[in-house]
Amino acid sequence: MQSIHVVPAGDLERQKRRRDSALTAVWDLLDEVMDPEVPVLSLWDLGVLQDVRQDKAGLVITMTPTYSGCPALETMREDIMAKLKTIGCHDVRVETRLSPAWTTDWLSASARQRLMRHGISPPVIGEQVACPQCGSLVSEPVSEFGSTACKALYRCKECLEPFDYFKPL
Amino acid sequence: MPMASEAIRDYAVLLGDDSLILGHRLSEWCSRGPFLEEDLALSNTALDFIGRARMFYSYAAELSGSEVTEDFFAYQRDCRDFRNLLMCELPNGDFAFTMARQYLLDEFYCLFMAALAGSTDEHLAGIAGKAVKESGYHLRRSREWMLRLGDGTAARHARLQQAFDELWGYTAEFWLVDDLEGLLVADGVAVDVGTLHEEWHRDVAATLVDATIEMPVTEWSVSGGRKGVHTEALGHLLSDLQFVQKSYPGLEW
Repeated sequence: MQSIHVVPAGDLERQKRRRDSALTAVWDLLDEVMDPEVPVLSLWDLGVLQDVRQDKAGLVITMTPTYSGCPALETMREDIMAKLKTIGCHDVRVETRLSPAWTTDWLSASARQRLMRHGISPPVIGEQVACPQCGSLVSEPVSEFGSTACKALYRCKECLEPFDYFKPL
Repeated sequence: MPMASEAIRDYAVLLGDDSLILGHRLSEWCSRGPFLEEDLALSNTALDFIGRARMFYSYAAELSGSEVTEDFFAYQRDCRDFRNLLMCELPNGDFAFTMARQYLLDEFYCLFMAALAGSTDEHLAGIAGKAVKESGYHLRRSREWMLRLGDGTAARHARLQQAFDELWGYTAEFWLVDDLEGLLVADGVAVDVGTLHEEWHRDVAATLVDATIEMPVTEWSVSGGRKGVHTEALGHLLSDLQFVQKSYPGLEW
């Protein structure tokens, strides 16, 4: 299916920061750092990676947390540091920024497709939640909360399989 | 430290206290939920509140400008230093009691965090901007439970009614503004909680009608949490929460 890639309005600034950055190699390298709990998405895909800058003390990476208490944030921080060490960057500070607040609207079309292939139904608003196994749109929530802070548990009413649903936030 | 940032620090600590104490209470349900999905939901909600506490405490530490970290506020203060609402510290009781408390607080935090998101203090506004989304999700679930329990079997209904009767006197404290908050309200930093009361009451009343629960008629109310005067429950909670840091000060792993 052909689709037009539309950048979500709230994500324009972030996309622009990356496009205008002189540190292209660092951004590209960080594309290899995956979400520890949803390993098909990079921190960039997820919208968590917000900025890459350089100041006198070294590299400054800015992240925004998904959920307030998401325990993966510490792992993401460590993974970023470890990845940058592979190119010899040791002076790295990882900072968090809360505003603008993270939203699932920032997930790109390709990120949503990869989630689906990974067995996690991507977030929808006002539409039926699709089963990632059989594609059916007839599903029901089993639990508002799932295996991680960002997911709910659903069940397909056609193939009867349970599946994870990425909660819209 | 200038007076203004000292007041904002104290306000951030107070907000962190609400979140930490309620989050800790919810975390006590972990592995004790009535069924697996609920166990996950309670633990997930606990995580959101503990995460919120970390953000408020980290900001307070930043404003303190010294060697103080977020851990200081969580682990090294005593009962009388905590400023949380009394309702947050009450023992969990049964599932109906925990969910009724959660429902009353979720309705409160949805309004409160939406208002705080418009604070003139950008950092507090940023934390609230995240929290309000999570509270909206929490409310959806806790409200659903009010209907399932209240409009369910006689035993469920009776337990939920009793929970509301026991909790109601603690809601008066939501609307009190002390001197610190009064000053910050004038600066547009803090939320003027009094202005939220009417909407909160209307929303709660509507849910209680749907849940076939009678609006409690209580002639008593208690307050004191915001002044550091707590129920006997907080000391027990802290002895558990702070045990490791009190036994092995400064321990890290």
